[in-house]
Amino acid sequence: MLNLFLCVLQRDLLLAMRRRSDVFVSLSFFIMVVMLFPLGVGPEPEQLKNIAAGILWVAALLSSTLALNRIFAADYADGTLEQMMLAPEPISIMVLAKVLAHWLVTGLPLVLLSPLLALQFGLPGEAIGVLFFSLLVGTPVLSLIGAIGAALTLGLRGGGVLVSILVLPLTIPVLIFGAGAVSASVSGMEVAGHLQLLGGLLAGSLALTPWVIGAGLRISVE
Amino acid sequence: MKLNWFKYAAPQSFFVLSGKLIKPLMLIAAALFVLGFYVGYIKAPTDFQQGDAYRIIYLHVPAAWMSMVMYVAMAGWAGLGWAFNTRLSSMMASAIAPTGAMFTFLALWTGALWGKPTWGTWWVWDARLTSELILLFLYIGFMALHAAIDEPRRADKAAALLALVGVVNVPVIYFSVQWWNTLHQGSSISMTSAPTMVKIMLIGMLIMTFAFWAYAFAAVFMRVRCIILEREKNTEWVKTYWEQQ
Repeated sequence: MLNLFLCVLQRDLLLAMRRRSDVFVSLSFFIMVVMLFPLGVGPEPEQLKNIAAGILWVAALLSSTLALNRIFAADYADGTLEQMMLAPEPISIMVLAKVLAHWLVTGLPLVLLSPLLALQFGLPGEAIGVLFFSLLVGTPVLSLIGAIGAALTLGLRGGGVLVSILVLPLTIPVLIFGAGAVSASVSGMEVAGHLQLLGGLLAGSLALTPWVIGAGLRISVE
Repeated sequence: MKLNWFKYAAPQSFFVLSGKLIKPLMLIAAALFVLGFYVGYIKAPTDFQQGDAYRIIYLHVPAAWMSMVMYVAMAGWAGLGWAFNTRLSSMMASAIAPTGAMFTFLALWTGALWGKPTWGTWWVWDARLTSELILLFLYIGFMALHAAIDEPRRADKAAALLALVGVVNVPVIYFSVQWWNTLHQGSSISMTSAPTMVKIMLIGMLIMTFAFWAYAFAAVFMRVRCIILEREKNTEWVKTYWEQQ
């Protein structure tokens, strides 16, 4: 099972590396969205510091949702997905590897870049650390929940907007606790509670969503 | 006489049954609504703290209850349809969704009307209001996903999966006033202890709740009949039904 996991992971990462521009597109989208806010709401440092957590988290949420349909779409289009599902190995392992690969390609770069963007918003050092950590724990949850929507909307017209409508309501708790942790840190309050809840969400979705995603794929592919 | 519980699982026999039930249900709903309106808006005394503004609860609370109950019912039917491949269950789920969304919207709307005079604001981002808003989006997501898939069986199953995932939100709404210390007050009514409200107010609210139930059944039956006719249009009985009309 571990073999299957590593094999799918390696394959997906290799495919992503062959098409590097996709990675940069979603990363650029993240930066662009974040950049629009100071221009839109005005560059007062105090105000920016207060809304930085929300902006960075919402931007991360949007760019990860936007990249969702790439998890399964290409494999679905050329029939690879069907072959993978015919294999005797459990589908949830395959799904988990694909989601992890997707997160490594679209989620992790965004997490790594976030401290830099947080500096532009004048967040204090400690809050930047909290932001980094909350995104590190939170973005995998976004990918896992998002993959449910991606599986259900495979091959549908207008899938991109539809997947956002399906997934965004379910990701609201992640946003609340993730951005809440950073805001709490900015205003000097305890952040552990928020981060623990975020960790709980990660553990829960890691355990449950692969089965749900697998069921979704079965519905879409059959 | 032996009851055949599965008789009405067949769309054809349920079509006949629901056709007979709609009219009485609508009459019951109308009668209870008039009665509840009389009790709630004329008979019940003005509240000592909130004045007459509190009277919105006769619409707000039943609508909020219905919004949650109908989501669970929808997810339950959808799940049944997915698990056992029973056509009617999935049709019920799609018939429930619009009415449930309507009640969710009604609960939010009446809540805003109540919030303005009592809290001084139309909307606050507190846990209960936010989770109720998420419920509305879950209903919309269910309907949007169902509508986006052309093949009915796949649409049923995909929407069922989504509805079942969304069920986690219902307990969050219900317990939000206990888990978070927010502006929306806790419940005045519980199953385990005496309600902390005057009897006549409680009676008015319960009558309204039954009126909403009756209306919900009637509306869902009406919609499910349309869905049955549409989905079963290639069957013999639907063709003869149309010829008789």
